[in-house]
Amino acid sequence: MGEIKRMDLEYSQLDSDRMRINVGPQHPSTHGVLRLEVEVDGEIVTEVVPHLGYLHRSFEKHCEKLNYQQIIPFIDRMDYISAMNNEWPYVMALEKMLDIKVPEKVEYIRVIVAELNRIANHQIAVATFGMDAGAFTPFLYYFRDREAIISILERLSGARLLYNYFRVGGMAADIYPGFKDDCLNVVKQVRKTNAEIMKLLIHNSIFIKRSANVGILTPEVAINYACSGPVLRGSGVAHDLRRDEPYSVYDRFDFEIPVGKGDVGVVGDCWNRNIVRVHEMEQSCRIIEQALAQMPETGDVKAMIPKRIKLPKGEVYMRTENPKGDLGFYIVSNGTDKPERMKARGTSFVNLSVIPEISKGYMFADLILILGSIDIVLGEVDR
Amino acid sequence: MTAAEIFEKLGSEFGSAILSLTEEPATDSFITVDPAQLFDICHTLRDEESLLFDYMMSLSALDLGENLGVVYHLYSMTHRHKIVIKVSVSKENPVVPSVERIWRTADWHEREAYDLLGVKFDGHHNLIRILLPYDWEGYPLRKDYVTPDTYHDMKVPY
Repeated sequence: MGEIKRMDLEYSQLDSDRMRINVGPQHPSTHGVLRLEVEVDGEIVTEVVPHLGYLHRSFEKHCEKLNYQQIIPFIDRMDYISAMNNEWPYVMALEKMLDIKVPEKVEYIRVIVAELNRIANHQIAVATFGMDAGAFTPFLYYFRDREAIISILERLSGARLLYNYFRVGGMAADIYPGFKDDCLNVVKQVRKTNAEIMKLLIHNSIFIKRSANVGILTPEVAINYACSGPVLRGSGVAHDLRRDEPYSVYDRFDFEIPVGKGDVGVVGDCWNRNIVRVHEMEQSCRIIEQALAQMPETGDVKAMIPKRIKLPKGEVYMRTENPKGDLGFYIVSNGTDKPERMKARGTSFVNLSVIPEISKGYMFADLILILGSIDIVLGEVDR
Repeated sequence: MTAAEIFEKLGSEFGSAILSLTEEPATDSFITVDPAQLFDICHTLRDEESLLFDYMMSLSALDLGENLGVVYHLYSMTHRHKIVIKVSVSKENPVVPSVERIWRTADWHEREAYDLLGVKFDGHHNLIRILLPYDWEGYPLRKDYVTPDTYHDMKVPY
């Protein structure tokens, strides 16, 4: 070792302490009222501590005071971006307990509205993720297209976001004339825009530089943290309840499970989580087309059910594949018309818990992208 | 594997710690186990070659009147089978071993169960409230919970 060369800059005089900074709860990039306490070393994130509860509305406590039909609107308000999908596992759980066979036509309406809502959810997810990375145009394109989906769901249920459309044993209302054409127009438009987005955003070199190789989630960690949906599939695990545990009529459709392949970046990074959502929109389009072709023209949309639902004593755990992942409801019945205990396994709640694990060691600006790539809704995190 | 086979398998390994198997028509089959040995049982459930329950779907706590119950919904990504494990502990001393080191997802689920029902998870690295404010008192999902009138001079019931 030679003599230590003296530098002009006195490093010892620079403040090298780690700094704790606060992100949120009121900031657009946290996608709601999420507060993150972040410890940074310069610009490198060394620790992330999420603080939840800013949107806690005592969902589970409310459910114990309400009868089974009254709970459905509350479920809408969990994941308000994809309310149709939320209602499904809940009514399916009740139908399983009551042993109700749902009419054929209802199953198809449910598949179609759920897939339409899945597309709308992924449009928001990809759009806001692009915005986190600094791309504003895809956001406007997707919101223009989403309007068509929202209009269909509004004509069906009367509401734009919080539908309250599912009923135990059926739907609140039948489809309207011209529903099929509207759906096919949406499918056409979604495909057109997605082809554009692939060039504009997904394969944009700035976007790739920002999102590839960032926030890498390995499959083992993802399973251990019970991640689901595009977060798990972005890590290369082909887990999709629509195929693995086919519910409703999903076993009659031909569709693929897109997974992150690492053609850009590595498997499990933000880019791969995001591309899964874009490919899933295409798969949803395929399911909608097949469902529209197979749907019976006539038929009742309500099974015979008692006015006042009383569940037999027992319990059930039902989960379905939501746009964000597995949404589960654990319902314990005591034989009355109100649940004894109702637990919602929020998808976003579980997916968000992996944030401290995958954001260490990346730049602070990347933390915002990692959060965006997980696609959370705080209504479901805090319940 | 069916619930009965899993029950037999666990019974041969842990003996009397595996209390009972309940199979009823309106209920998902569940196995009740002794909370004292829960950690070892869960470890076996995850790592045993024929079980491989690597995915914890949900962890819920509930008020059973005299006791508090904790319910574990497990799923295997490899074998695609499910099982429900239940434990129950007294309200006076609601201590359940934490399984956070087996399934990391249990971290937040256990904090939620502690927050809303007051189940104390022994061995959890950071058992603090998660949904309610950190200085909230009481456990709201218990059946005997009384809503406080005020919180920091703010009116609570609406």
